[in-house]
Amino acid sequence: MQSSVLTAASAKSRARLGGLKKTADLLEKLMSGVFTICGFISAAFVLIITVFLIISGVPAIKEIGIFNFLFGTVWASAAAEPSYGILPFILTSVYGTFGAIIIGVPVGLLCAVFLAEMSGGKLSAAVRSAVDLMSGIPSVVYGLVGMIIVVPTVREAFGLPDGANLFSAITVLAVMILPSVISVSETAIRAVPKEYREASLALGATKTETIFKVTVPAAKSGILASAVLGIGRAIGEAMAVMMVSGNVANMPKLFGSVRFLTTAIASEMSYSSGLQRQALFSVALSLFAFIMIINVILNIAVKGKRD
Amino acid sequence: MNEKISLKRKIKCAALNALTYGAAGTVCLLLAGIIGCILFKGLPHITVGLLTSKPSLLNDTAGILPNILNTLYIIIITLVIVLPIGVGAAVYLNEYAKNKRAVRLIELAAETLAGIPSIIYGLVGMLVFVQFCGIGKSLLAGALTLVIMTLPTVMRTTQESLKTVPDSYREGALALGAGKWHMIRTAVLPSAADGIVTGCILSIGRIVGESAALLFTSGMASEMLNIFQAVSPGNAGSTLTVALYMYAKERGDFDTAFAIAAILLGLTLLINLAAKLSAKLLKRS
Amino acid sequence: MKKIRLAGLAAAALLTVGMLSGCGGKTEQTVTTDGSTSMEKVIGFLSEAYMEKNQDVKVTYNPTGSGAGIQAVRDGYCDIGLSSRDLKDEEKTDLNATVVAIDGIAVIVNPENPAADLSVEQIGKIYTGEITNWSEVGGNDLPIVCIGREAASGTRDGFESITGTKDSCKYAQELTSTGDVVQTVSSNPNAIGYASLASVKDTVKTLKVDGVAPSNETILNGTYRVQRSFILVTKKDKELTGAAKDFFDFAMSKEADEYIEKAGAVPVAK
Repeated sequence: MQSSVLTAASAKSRARLGGLKKTADLLEKLMSGVFTICGFISAAFVLIITVFLIISGVPAIKEIGIFNFLFGTVWASAAAEPSYGILPFILTSVYGTFGAIIIGVPVGLLCAVFLAEMSGGKLSAAVRSAVDLMSGIPSVVYGLVGMIIVVPTVREAFGLPDGANLFSAITVLAVMILPSVISVSETAIRAVPKEYREASLALGATKTETIFKVTVPAAKSGILASAVLGIGRAIGEAMAVMMVSGNVANMPKLFGSVRFLTTAIASEMSYSSGLQRQALFSVALSLFAFIMIINVILNIAVKGKRD
Repeated sequence: MNEKISLKRKIKCAALNALTYGAAGTVCLLLAGIIGCILFKGLPHITVGLLTSKPSLLNDTAGILPNILNTLYIIIITLVIVLPIGVGAAVYLNEYAKNKRAVRLIELAAETLAGIPSIIYGLVGMLVFVQFCGIGKSLLAGALTLVIMTLPTVMRTTQESLKTVPDSYREGALALGAGKWHMIRTAVLPSAADGIVTGCILSIGRIVGESAALLFTSGMASEMLNIFQAVSPGNAGSTLTVALYMYAKERGDFDTAFAIAAILLGLTLLINLAAKLSAKLLKRS
Repeated sequence: MKKIRLAGLAAAALLTVGMLSGCGGKTEQTVTTDGSTSMEKVIGFLSEAYMEKNQDVKVTYNPTGSGAGIQAVRDGYCDIGLSSRDLKDEEKTDLNATVVAIDGIAVIVNPENPAADLSVEQIGKIYTGEITNWSEVGGNDLPIVCIGREAASGTRDGFESITGTKDSCKYAQELTSTGDVVQTVSSNPNAIGYASLASVKDTVKTLKVDGVAPSNETILNGTYRVQRSFILVTKKDKELTGAAKDFFDFAMSKEADEYIEKAGAVPVAK
């Protein structure tokens, strides 16, 4: 009697365990599926972004003609006879980024050298915190300070009619990319094995010579990566630049009012319609393509140098 | 060996040293200058009235309470959506994915997302969320756009902290008969909490500082919204950064603009400190 | 596990309480307006006055520029569009325009600039680049910096039509709002700009045009030539209802005159 109750009981509990196990299995499968979906969501987002940009950007390029669009030198989107050449924007973005890199990377690199090699614990911790803070400051704040301080200063210092020009934009961009350049370069320099330094010092080089002839070249790929980061930030900046660069669609001159690819989109998007609006999407598509191409080229260059 | 260093070398070294110190000094001066300028021009204008009222033309007062609330709402909505997805994606990459190519593809996608400029996010957000999904210019559209922007950050930090969880935790749990999800839920995720929290804080920093992506998706209005309106379509609202841009560029009200800048500076400092503290405190395990 | 569950419950409870308290219980109606930055003060005063009398209606305003506002009404994103220029012919096919006020466009220079009175022709020549130095028009020997608005601005449209400089202005800067023009001119001694009279502050100096200074009287009787209308734009085939209609009627009523004047514009005879 007892054994049959027991078997009945254990059968029940086995059945319940079996049922529990089934739900547990189901839950496992479900969660596995959920996680897989989460995993591929980022890829899905990239796909969505690319698809939407292409769908919105291609019609205008077809209508305007790709050569007229990319190489036309006049952008007059709201004139009676509109013209949609974006060469001024492309060149402005290129010059602006180039200028920002030329100023920002050397200064940032030297500062990184200072942090990694030349300063003591407390001082370098303080400077590093300062750099961290700088990297968190929103771009509109940089733009505000640029508007109030850089623009009038540029006007007075160079005796120009107006201080809102490419030069002011380059100044602001250079300051904005400093934190990224500094932190990535510092990491790269710190990663150089100390054997390199010790060998160089043992051979009779001074500390400074060791830094600049041995350590920095050894950290080349990391420093290049920091420059790539800086390029990415400079070419994509819109808000800060919109507040200091004058916003007229001219071919770029260092002390002339200019419009970047980013600000071209931002300044006309809200009120555009028809072909003008589609042309702006094409500008966005061009910017997107530009950045992808730059990323690919630079990644190949950095990887190549890694050997 | 006591070799004499030639004069030429000495001059070169001295010059390089001077340049290096100069660069570091310049950077510090720049930061001090920027912070000094903002605080000097902004602190005097941070009044209780400014922080607790909305702007009124009839009374000729300025107020940024709507913007503060909007910033809070957007942070909350974005985090609520991006944390599960980001952590889930990192868990997939680290725990479930077998195919190396799939992992590489997803990581590449995340890197790509991280490199897209915010103005393009703003545009795509406008196309996808505001127009295609039909929710109009609203905090919700802005938050969804920010979700895509902060996804790489959350994924990366979570992945890194998942990697530091020792395999013995996983093997132990599995040996005791736990299923994979059970193992992750009880053994892995709690130990990776520090990375998730760091990712959270970094995302908050990014959200607070974002402006270009929000211009076209959540608009520039300054009305007071409650939490229900914040999550429903069609209610535009400007966050602190967008409001700063508005006050500076559209209204020429620099007093308020600098006050907002000072507040943003304080928030950035707080977020930085929080990130450092959380990394320290949670690294106990 | 129990602790986590408890924490989760507590958080959910807090969230619900937060939501309910923030709710206020009433369902609010929203009237959305969108458009001209020059009309910001006018719409601001009108909407505040209206909302004080009607506590359960919320009037929102998105300052995006006249062109954007017209587009937004067309696409159905807002109830009432705000434009500081007249509708183009192709816009008139499906949109209605109702003049709510007249606004003078002030021609402004930096307070340090001794120039005080220009003719419309001179202003046109300055903006097309024929006159390039302030000394030619009564100022100091300094280059003239022309500040203007972006291409779809109603203010720019009005200014360029009256001065006859459509599509031929040579701008040094194209800014996206009236307030920005005021701010830029106030900080640059060489600048000249045009802005809605309602937004002009004492940080800039307003020029006389053909000997006439802008004021309510000179605008109404037309002697101050540089002026344009503030328009409320609505869709032809979609009648305004409910709160939107009520607000529209309020804006066009005699009550609204005092607020329009407070905002610096000139109410139209009703």
